[in-house]
Amino acid sequence: MYDAVYPFLIEPFAKMWTDMPLFFAETVISGVMAGVMYSLVALGFVLIYKASGIFNFAQGVLALFAALTLTGIMDNFGAPGWLAIILTVAIMFGLAWLIQKLVFNHLINQEPIILFMATLGLAYFLEGAGDIMWGSDVKVVNLGIPQGASQWLLDGPGLYVEKLEIVAAVTAAILVTALTIFFQKTRIGRALRAVADDHQAAMSVGISLEKIWIVVWAVAGLVALVAGIMWGTKSGVQFSLSLIALKALPVLILGGFTSVPGAIVGGLIIGVGEKIAEVYWGPALGGAIENWFAYMLALAFLLFRPQGLFGEKIIERV
Amino acid sequence: MFYRETGQYRTDYASDQQILNLPQDKWAMALLLAVAFLVVPLLINDYWANAILLPFLIYSMAALGLNILTGYCGQVSLGTGGFMAVGAYAAYKLMTAFPGLDLTIVVLFAGFVTAAVGTVFGLPSLRIKGFYLAVATLAAQFFLVWLFNKVPWFFNYSATGMISAPARTAFGLEVSGPQAPIWAKYLFCLTLVTVFALIAKNITRGRIGRMWMAIRDMDIAAELIGVRPLWSKLSAFAVSSFYVGMAGAMLFAVWLGAVEPTEAFGITVSFNVLFMVIIGGLGSILGSFLGAGFLVLLPILLKSVLVGGLAMTVATAKHVELVLLGSLIILFLIAEPHGLNRLWQITKEKLRLWPFPY
Amino acid sequence: MMMKKIATGLGAVALTAGLLAGTALAAELTVPSLVYRTGPYAPNGIPFANGYADYFNLLNARDGGIEGSKVNLVECETAYNTQQGVECYENTKGQGTGALMYQPLSTGITYQLIPKASVDKIPVFSMGYGRTSAANGKIFEWVFNFPATYWDQASVFVKYIGEKEGGMENLKGKKIALVYHNSAYGKEPIRTLEKLSEKHGFSLQLLPVDHPGQEQKSTWLQIRRERPDWTLMWGWGVMNQVAIKEAASIGYPMDHFIGVWWSGSENDVLPAGDAANGYLSGTFHGSGTDFPVHADIMKHVYDAGSGAGDKDRIGEVLYNRGLIAAAWQAEAIRTGMKMHSTDSPTAAQVRDGFENLNVDEARLKELGLEGFTIPITITCANHGGPGKVFLQQWDAGAKKWNKVTDFYDADREVVDALIAEDSGAYAKENNLTPRDCG
Repeated sequence: MYDAVYPFLIEPFAKMWTDMPLFFAETVISGVMAGVMYSLVALGFVLIYKASGIFNFAQGVLALFAALTLTGIMDNFGAPGWLAIILTVAIMFGLAWLIQKLVFNHLINQEPIILFMATLGLAYFLEGAGDIMWGSDVKVVNLGIPQGASQWLLDGPGLYVEKLEIVAAVTAAILVTALTIFFQKTRIGRALRAVADDHQAAMSVGISLEKIWIVVWAVAGLVALVAGIMWGTKSGVQFSLSLIALKALPVLILGGFTSVPGAIVGGLIIGVGEKIAEVYWGPALGGAIENWFAYMLALAFLLFRPQGLFGEKIIERV
Repeated sequence: MFYRETGQYRTDYASDQQILNLPQDKWAMALLLAVAFLVVPLLINDYWANAILLPFLIYSMAALGLNILTGYCGQVSLGTGGFMAVGAYAAYKLMTAFPGLDLTIVVLFAGFVTAAVGTVFGLPSLRIKGFYLAVATLAAQFFLVWLFNKVPWFFNYSATGMISAPARTAFGLEVSGPQAPIWAKYLFCLTLVTVFALIAKNITRGRIGRMWMAIRDMDIAAELIGVRPLWSKLSAFAVSSFYVGMAGAMLFAVWLGAVEPTEAFGITVSFNVLFMVIIGGLGSILGSFLGAGFLVLLPILLKSVLVGGLAMTVATAKHVELVLLGSLIILFLIAEPHGLNRLWQITKEKLRLWPFPY
Repeated sequence: MMMKKIATGLGAVALTAGLLAGTALAAELTVPSLVYRTGPYAPNGIPFANGYADYFNLLNARDGGIEGSKVNLVECETAYNTQQGVECYENTKGQGTGALMYQPLSTGITYQLIPKASVDKIPVFSMGYGRTSAANGKIFEWVFNFPATYWDQASVFVKYIGEKEGGMENLKGKKIALVYHNSAYGKEPIRTLEKLSEKHGFSLQLLPVDHPGQEQKSTWLQIRRERPDWTLMWGWGVMNQVAIKEAASIGYPMDHFIGVWWSGSENDVLPAGDAANGYLSGTFHGSGTDFPVHADIMKHVYDAGSGAGDKDRIGEVLYNRGLIAAAWQAEAIRTGMKMHSTDSPTAAQVRDGFENLNVDEARLKELGLEGFTIPITITCANHGGPGKVFLQQWDAGAKKWNKVTDFYDADREVVDALIAEDSGAYAKENNLTPRDCG
């Protein structure tokens, strides 16, 4: 009995104790950083779901498409980084306009699952289109984002933190602040919140739903670009990038589909939780547990709050 | 004109409750079954069977299962791949532990094992709804695949974790293993799918099916009129997983013959089966077949046309195929959000009136 | 059910399209090429497919094919997906005069094809991948996996480590970690390494990474904590690039980090930049373009405008691997043709060619591949070839792989026992009697 329980109930905690403080801190920090990277993807989902009720599965492919376009412009036309980013943003905005005009304008008032399916079609489309335009080789993002361990922290307290992830965390913070300001202070942002609250009421005060949805897709495209740059810098821009959507889903259900802070907090909980699980419980279970652990963790939270941590309370009426 | 109900009276309850109550429908169905059971086995070759018919039948079975859960009971699930893996591994363990066992029994038993597992993973559905549930079922997907990949007992301690199907018989015919004649494999799958499609049709139009639909349309209202959500949702999970498990067992034992869990039962399979159900038509038995046909055939067709017909290089063709597939899915949803089944019904309506549309 | 009719109709269209493409090209040597130029592993699949195609194009352009018969290379896209691989197999096996052999290029598809191809009597050449125990030709009559298997390679790595540590006896008490792709492919070396760890007394730490492997923080945190003396990697696709970057950033010594031959291409190390300098990987063939065959490809294929890929990428590790795969296959087909004196061999005759394949130093020189790889002799009992592997090291400054060791022999004592055990289990499961190899 003791032998059976020991590796699960005692050894991990014993290890945590001996690892204090540095290594344990590293585990937590890398969890936080990984969580931020997941949040970047989850943010895009939240924005679109909040404003239009579409569960946008194409968010991962959108990130891939954005990163492909960026590296494509830089590599093929030799454009400097800043110009390429501006061009890519313009392309993402154009894409948002097309998506709304060609796809979702024709699917107004459909059931959520049909809209979800349409985004899957969109994902196929973008995947193929991105490859046709820019090829399927691995591309390197040359934006000069610092990479590797931070020597300063490694030499000083002996703490290992990845520079790229510090950049990602700072970017995420800026992004969230900018989004908050955009939502709270600008006219269009307010209109957006109105639409999120109630479509009909928003329409009756003269807000154009179509315009708002285009804006939302454009902002989601922008967020996808940021996520694409960060993940692309980490692993090279290639098809696998689109699969990060799967890492963002537990974050999303944990934080709630409709909450921007939820995406961030959810990312942090999932990131830290899965890293601690993998590092301390992984060896006893044979490793590679973090993928399902993230979902199980989210599921456990859901059992107590079925709408996610920060989601709007689901009120059902007969 | 040729297809009409006028003048065909149903004079008792029995005839009113038939699944196909028009002679034309009956004849068409009989003809279809005759062709499927008697003609196709004579003409079948390896390419048709392995690339088209077997995947079509097996995915139809899986889509039937998911349609029961998603289409009839309204619980979106993305764990189909994981549940298929349960069926496949249950089949593998049974086939290797009891070499003399008839494969029909193996497949059925694999279905029961999956039903049990599915019920357990269905428990959260009592509290979690909609897309939250969909994502939560991914926990089952990832956990089950991890489990089969990790625990050596499931793959009989083989070096790599691949499982391969040994040769086994059903009703005295060899239907698994490389030597099995292709028509036998086809008939085995066809029989199972036909029988269970009929059973599904009858479950869904009976009391249980109505219960599920009540839960789907509004669970609180259903509860108020006396439908027990616990029992309904879990029974939907159990029946659905039973079908999906059988599909997994057939996929492994009859069609592919060797699988590794991470790939054959990965997340893409879950998504694909969900596509089939949505494209085919939620809450429709016929729709499950149409959806499976659409998604099994379309890529092959596009590929043949693009590579064979237009002489594109394979890579370009694949990319164009993705673009076209994506566009077609979107077009279909815009043209008919209720799926192919609905299109078929509209066609039937039109046929009824044709050639005088009034 | 109505759909089935439509389904059958559509199938007929698909099939006719396939047949039409086939009939026009009869009386040629049909060599299907299952490639993956799309999907998550495309960056690795493309160079291999290019090398493979270019070599056959070279034979057609320069020599008019093999022994006078043109090669008809039929590409089919699998996206590294087993189900699409099955479709490709069924689609291509009847084309032209019938497929002569298969190079499945994926562990999953190989396992699929092993039983099928044996029934259809088409040889499968899974070069250095797939089912390792297929090296036992007595049981796997139709499968060839020379020149060396994953198990050979695992034992070679341990040998190299022993040498660096100053003798195999110094391995005692050392710690070796294996970072692997959590799939059938990645799990291949585990059993061998476990046996070797018993034999030599080192401890083994297993660290699986799930597909696709973009996020490996926890894996490398564990390596940072346990500080294994050596780390081996069985990775594929994006996993390689991320692993090498992570290893570099935790400051793991790169010259103690050894990748399998699928984790040792330019794609894998370039994204990590200078940090990847000194990274080691196993291989069985040279890299670069300093061989006469490359000049020929340049002249006959690329200058004629029929190159499969980008001119600048000739000579990459995976390109060269596709090239050597094609070269051995062409030699096997040639051997089969000569043995049976025919200009349109059957798949069974090509199998005979494989089984009597002998590509020695002299022949390699004739092929323009002198010093490119090891001489190969295949026999009825041994389908796994010599089982020799050498190590190459990445020079980040010059951006090239350098050969740093000679060919090592595998630990035959351990590997052969495992092969006998695993192939025996397969034979028992499928009621096969090992054939007599004289």
